Amino acid sequence: MTEGMEQRRKERVDRGIKVRTDSLYALLSAGEIAYLALPRLVLILGLLLLPLVVPGMYWQRVITITCIYGLLAVSFDFLAHYVGLVSLGGAFFVGTGGYLAAIANTQMGLSPWLTVPSAALAGGVLCTLLLLPCLPLRGVYFAIISLMYPLFSARVIEALDILGGTDGIMGIDGFPNRIVEQYAPVVLLLLILFGLRRLVTTDFGLVVRGVKDNDQAIRASGINVTYFKAVAVFVSASMGCLGGACLVHIYMWSGISQFALDFSILPIAATVIGGSGTLVGPVLGCLILVPISEMLREFGTLRIVFYALILVAFIIFKSEGLMVWGRRKYHQFERWTRI
Amino acid sequence: MSEEPILIAEEMTKTFGGIIALNRVSFTVNRGDVLGIIGPNGSGKTTTVNCLTGFVRKTSGRVYFLGTDISKKPPHKIADMGLTRTFQVMRPYYSLPAYKNLVIPLFSPRARRTGGWRGGGRLGDRDTVGIDILEEIGFERDSYVPYKNAATLPTGYLKRLELARCLALKPEVIICDEIFSGLSMSEIASMVPLIERLQMDGITLIMIEHRLRELFRVANRVMVMNFGEKLMEGSPEKVMSDDKVKEAYFGSRDIEEVMTHA
Amino acid sequence: MDILIYGTINSVALALYALGFAMVYGVSRLPNFAHGALYVLSGFITWSLLNSLGLPYAVAIVLTLLLTGIIGALIYQLILIRIRGMEISEIMASYAIGLAILEGLRWGGFKGMTYTLPSFIEGSTTIAGIVVDYQRLLVVVIGAAVVGLLWLFTHYTRTGLALRGMAQDERAALMLGIDSDLMAVVAMGFGSMLAALAAVVLLPLGNIVVEAGYNVLILAIAVCIIGGLGSWMGSVIAAFLIGFAQILTVVYLGAHYQMVVALLAIIMTLILKPSGLFGRQKELEERV
Repeated sequence: MTEGMEQRRKERVDRGIKVRTDSLYALLSAGEIAYLALPRLVLILGLLLLPLVVPGMYWQRVITITCIYGLLAVSFDFLAHYVGLVSLGGAFFVGTGGYLAAIANTQMGLSPWLTVPSAALAGGVLCTLLLLPCLPLRGVYFAIISLMYPLFSARVIEALDILGGTDGIMGIDGFPNRIVEQYAPVVLLLLILFGLRRLVTTDFGLVVRGVKDNDQAIRASGINVTYFKAVAVFVSASMGCLGGACLVHIYMWSGISQFALDFSILPIAATVIGGSGTLVGPVLGCLILVPISEMLREFGTLRIVFYALILVAFIIFKSEGLMVWGRRKYHQFERWTRI
Repeated sequence: MSEEPILIAEEMTKTFGGIIALNRVSFTVNRGDVLGIIGPNGSGKTTTVNCLTGFVRKTSGRVYFLGTDISKKPPHKIADMGLTRTFQVMRPYYSLPAYKNLVIPLFSPRARRTGGWRGGGRLGDRDTVGIDILEEIGFERDSYVPYKNAATLPTGYLKRLELARCLALKPEVIICDEIFSGLSMSEIASMVPLIERLQMDGITLIMIEHRLRELFRVANRVMVMNFGEKLMEGSPEKVMSDDKVKEAYFGSRDIEEVMTHA
Repeated sequence: MDILIYGTINSVALALYALGFAMVYGVSRLPNFAHGALYVLSGFITWSLLNSLGLPYAVAIVLTLLLTGIIGALIYQLILIRIRGMEISEIMASYAIGLAILEGLRWGGFKGMTYTLPSFIEGSTTIAGIVVDYQRLLVVVIGAAVVGLLWLFTHYTRTGLALRGMAQDERAALMLGIDSDLMAVVAMGFGSMLAALAAVVLLPLGNIVVEAGYNVLILAIAVCIIGGLGSWMGSVIAAFLIGFAQILTVVYLGAHYQMVVALLAIIMTLILKPSGLFGRQKELEERV
């Protein structure tokens, strides 16, 4: 401590309006209601209006894909930061959902209205059953094994030449019309997003979060940890499968590329960039990453390099992510105070 | 007091690799007992608890609780039957307020089944029940303490929170793993009546302790362990005067000398 | 007989893949998901040194080993050390780094079948009626030598002992005055060198392709998990188990199933005995 050097520290103070809107009294004034509703409205209206604003079919398609990646990212975020299971194999969910929808559509002739929800549910059950033996594993071990699952599935399909082998399943029906195709992923994403946000604050959600914090204490409380993990995995897997099923109907094709790395790594990168554990952050991350990666498409694999590097940079330098940062700026102001 | 055995351990043995952490330990706890387990560090006390509650798989031996064999049951089933424990290293759900910490055990099948707690069905109710339990265990209801984040609570309150977590299950038996350690004298002083209250409520207690003075106040039986074996068992007075115990526990026969220096 | 010979060769190759990964994990608890990328990278470094700079083969190999070691150490010192101990971040960051290296190489034009390294020795011999080329024999010899040298290194040199101390108990090692950060960097350097060594020994047997990076990573992880993460000798034994299992599958089921066997082995091991076949009890407790 040098003499005369002024010691300062950064202080963060809640904005007045944040404090006023913490309780029921927020309803007393329009300004305060607006303060609460604004971020949510921006998200909802933004996602709904975006397809109308962007030029051309191509970018509308990009937005649809973004929403599907958004589903995957939210699924990853939920599993990693609320349940404590870091899954590096999001592609496994996508692939399972995709193939199930493809089979339901081509073999059983169900319409997309039925295949998408049934693939999500059946896929969720299937993935949960397959992952069940790994649920006691934690940390690195779960991460490693979840990384193996999509690789394994792809290799098995290749080796056994089942489900269309390397060619995939073709001739899948598309969504009935453009509007459905455009808005189904958007609406699903919004519903799931707000549904999950509600879920994690219920008592059930508290237990699931407790599993992440301290599973020993959960066991000591007479709660079956594996059961809760399984339910959480089901929720997360269903979301992934939902994304996969939508994807299959959009591309009208299902193949082993759905088990590809892209579906695992991009949602993770989006989550880290957007803000881990915020659920909304990952969507934000996807809104940034997916269009950029589309723009870089002509550079081939360079885009993977690009978002791998962004991911590393964010993990190391800005691990809180954009959403946490933005939320802090919205609710608090900072000032330097003398010590 | 009626001699109704509630928890019986038979020849519990646990080896870690080549090390014998627990060597054929047997004991019986009767309903309403307060059994103290004492012994030097590394004598297998916590391993005993882990084996009883299923957190560590026994190498051999059996445990009977309420007449059923629980040797092979997973920890959550054992807790579900009413054999609960606290942890020596407290890890509450740090991101939650103290009373929300109790929502989790209140959500357990046992808490919902045994009812007793008011409500239980609708969502918001568990919050109030949580605060009720916290008040019982010494969190002042009208202060802000129950609403504080568990991460900011001092040790004394964390220990109480651990106890409250067990109480939320309406347990038959609570095993307290070093509930006095790390507390100041005044905190211990306020904790002792709490233990006595639990005993009066008919809860059987097993207490692992290093604070002998307070333990001997509440315990009616004491078991001494050393090197993973049960040295002896008996009333506090008998244990205190036993030469073998003194030697193992204090490394000297002169207990008065050790006590005064401690 | 051919099963025995090719099984041995395959097993030694697997052991070479895995040793670097096992070393890094054992010492600094870093699951180095960039291991496969370093393997491929060093292959291309050797190739470039040979063909672009025209260096003699031996010089190129030594330079590659050093360069890869330095690259690994730098990756750790500059990036991974900042997130030390945050397991999940470590996995994601190292995975991303590996991905960046591999896809960067692919983008940089290193793809296709055109990149090969020459064998050390041409020619072949017959053992019990089976034709085996010298390079493959050399793999076994070098593999055995590496395992032996590693054992000597970790038992008789100061650095080696420090590394082993870290592997057993980091806090105790810290108290004994071992600089744990430095040791982690050293371990990463050595681990990368081992990856490079595996690359220069094994790559002359085939083409250098980017996809190998993912396969090497998976195989290395498979071997380490089955052997028990952090247990070096366990890895060697596991390498033999998987190595022979793979050759047997190739002989009796077909080459397609080779990877399936490795993946299935990992999944089964993790489910049945999470600590691996030779993992220590302590690790089991940490895990479950």
